[in-house]
Amino acid sequence: MSQKFKNIRRRNVHIEDIIEETLNVKTILFRDKFCQLAKPGQYVMIWIPGIDEIPMSISVRNRLSLSGVTVEQVGEATEELFKKTLGDIIGIRGPFGNWFQPNTGNVALVSGGTGIASLFPLIETLIKTSAKIVAVLGFKSLKEIIFLNRIRKLLSDKRYHRIIVTTEDGSYGQKGLATDVVSSLLKKETFKMIYTCGPELMMRRVFDLAEESRTHIQVCLERIIRCSVGLCGSCFIGEYRVCKEGLVLSSEQLRQVKDEFGTFKRDFNGVKMHFKTTH
Amino acid sequence: MPFDISMHIAGLNLRNPTMLAAGILGMTGLSLRKVWNAGAGAVVTKSISFQPRLGYKNPTIVDVGYGFLNAMGIPNPGVYEYVEEAKIAISEGELVIIVSLYGNTPLEFAKMARIVETAGVNAVELNLSCPHVKLGGMEIGTNPTIIDKIVKTVKKHINIPVFTKLTPNISDIKTIARAAEDAGSDGIVAINTVKAMAIDVESGRPLLANKYGGLSGPAIKPIALRCVYEIAQSVNIPVIGCGGITDWKDAIEFFLAGASAIQIGTAIAYKDVNIFGEIIKGIKCYLKRKGYNNIKEIVGLSHT
Ligand SMILES: Cc1cc2nc3c(=O)[nH]c(=O)nc-3n(C[C@H](O)[C@H](O)[C@H](O)COP(=O)(O)OP(=O)(O)OC[C@H]3O[C@@H](n4cnc5c(N)ncnc54)[C@H](O)[C@@H]3O)c2cc1C
Ligand SMILES: Cc1cc2nc3c(=O)[nH]c(=O)nc-3n(C[C@H](O)[C@H](O)[C@H](O)COP(=O)(O)O)c2cc1C
Repeated sequence: MSQKFKNIRRRNVHIEDIIEETLNVKTILFRDKFCQLAKPGQYVMIWIPGIDEIPMSISVRNRLSLSGVTVEQVGEATEELFKKTLGDIIGIRGPFGNWFQPNTGNVALVSGGTGIASLFPLIETLIKTSAKIVAVLGFKSLKEIIFLNRIRKLLSDKRYHRIIVTTEDGSYGQKGLATDVVSSLLKKETFKMIYTCGPELMMRRVFDLAEESRTHIQVCLERIIRCSVGLCGSCFIGEYRVCKEGLVLSSEQLRQVKDEFGTFKRDFNGVKMHFKTTH
Repeated sequence: MPFDISMHIAGLNLRNPTMLAAGILGMTGLSLRKVWNAGAGAVVTKSISFQPRLGYKNPTIVDVGYGFLNAMGIPNPGVYEYVEEAKIAISEGELVIIVSLYGNTPLEFAKMARIVETAGVNAVELNLSCPHVKLGGMEIGTNPTIIDKIVKTVKKHINIPVFTKLTPNISDIKTIARAAEDAGSDGIVAINTVKAMAIDVESGRPLLANKYGGLSGPAIKPIALRCVYEIAQSVNIPVIGCGGITDWKDAIEFFLAGASAIQIGTAIAYKDVNIFGEIIKGIKCYLKRKGYNNIKEIVGLSHT
């Protein structure tokens, strides 16, 4: 029991570096041997003493032996995390969850907003296994773009890899939605696998497109996470606990939960909250 | 060769004597089905209250090495919404579902019990024992008079079996168990978590957002076993043992102490839902090896 479960014990780490990605997105780096070995798609629970404990995907695994998470400021806990500075202490548990299964051949990555942060470690893995990577990165506007330079560096070999950036307002790259790009890509090309992380409605659209074209997909989900060890039942989608059997679900699994995926998730009290369609 | 380990307890026919403990998974109908399909003989739901409860802020669970500390704060969608989840669970043919109830007054317990009885559930379990939620400033499970009122009121309103779940955070658990039996409870579940806490030495703060909570898992097994042993000596209704059961040996210990069935919670974090299959197999092997025909033969055997 003891050795296998060591990563689930909470430990304190010092914030050793902070990267200011945009006005309200920061990457917070710390030293932790378990996170350094995290698989792409895994997450940690971050404890801000006296405030809250929140789930965050690991976006950096080995930057001068530091690991990190990329945080968007949205509410109380993330705001407190934003106030932290170099040398401050946060508590972490994890890494938790399953991970993206790398694929060979032609693969596509589709991100929405900060979702790219959890796909970044996957790109690092994929460049070792996949022949060709198409990265479709959707953002609202130019000022919300993150990770683009780092991805350009990784996918610099233009003979094999492509990067397509979309912004909803057209302030950078192609104007429109990442899903529009996916739709037209799937008409012309075949992919061995699509990986996606972003707002759930976007991912649902990508899943539907993948199903239409009989393409396999892996989707990175978010649900309310409390225990992160599969006990408390806060994070169910269908029969899957997102905290433990996710975050990453496959096409077969998504078909089983297609009435929930993109339709509703549950609040802290288990009450269904329906996703708002904006279009 | 199939070896029958079915159990008849308080009017319920269980295909085996293992149950999912209250508050573990259980937030949705499909989560209960998952545990049933993994082999449990019955599933107990999250504790349900009349109104929805958001529960406490995180951290709600802390791994303390020999078990978990939790202070969830009974998060649940309220009885009316939860009934729909219960129905999803019930729609799985044979599934045996016990709804755990957490009320503010005896009548509130009874109203909820009627609602879930009408929905078709098999039994209710009264959570009179949560160590970190209070009723009118008093821990309800420590007062025999309050227990008497709640159990009697619920029994008056429903016909399905009523189990009473007790807290170990009391000097004499026998008195409380007897109060529940005298009030008409069909069985006793023991134990809920042991009131406890943990402090982070760097920040100097309690780790749980609620500061204190309940300890579960291997650390509390000896306490739970002692409670079951004492209760079995003092009541005639069936006792369901719960607390730290992690393998078949633990389960057998509880039967020998006087439990007719067992509940499993925290160990799911270590072994996932496969634990039900593993424990059932272990129980069968034990009975066979020792030459017993069924579990009844070993219930309470350590008392003789
Ligand atoms: C598996 C997972 C990975 C995530 N990874 C990242 C990431 O890499 N970067 C990032 O910026 N954000 C990530 N998030 C979202 C992040 O956890 C929330 O933004 C954060 O918890 C908000 O807390 P808050 O107090 O600042 O805001 P609040 O105003 O308290 O909450 C805003 C919203 O955040 C969500 N939230 C709050 N607490 C939780 C919780 N315990 N579990 C799940 N959702 C919660 C709820 O939907 C809530 O409505 C992830 C969420 C999950 C479930
Ligand atoms: C995360 C968690 C949530 C729980 N929620 C409830 C609950 O809602 N109602 C209840 O009666 N007991 C609840 N319990 C207590 C368990 O049902 C059980 O009595 C206790 O954990 C001891 O068993 P174990 O060691 O097998 O977990 C909870 C326990 C845990 C760990």
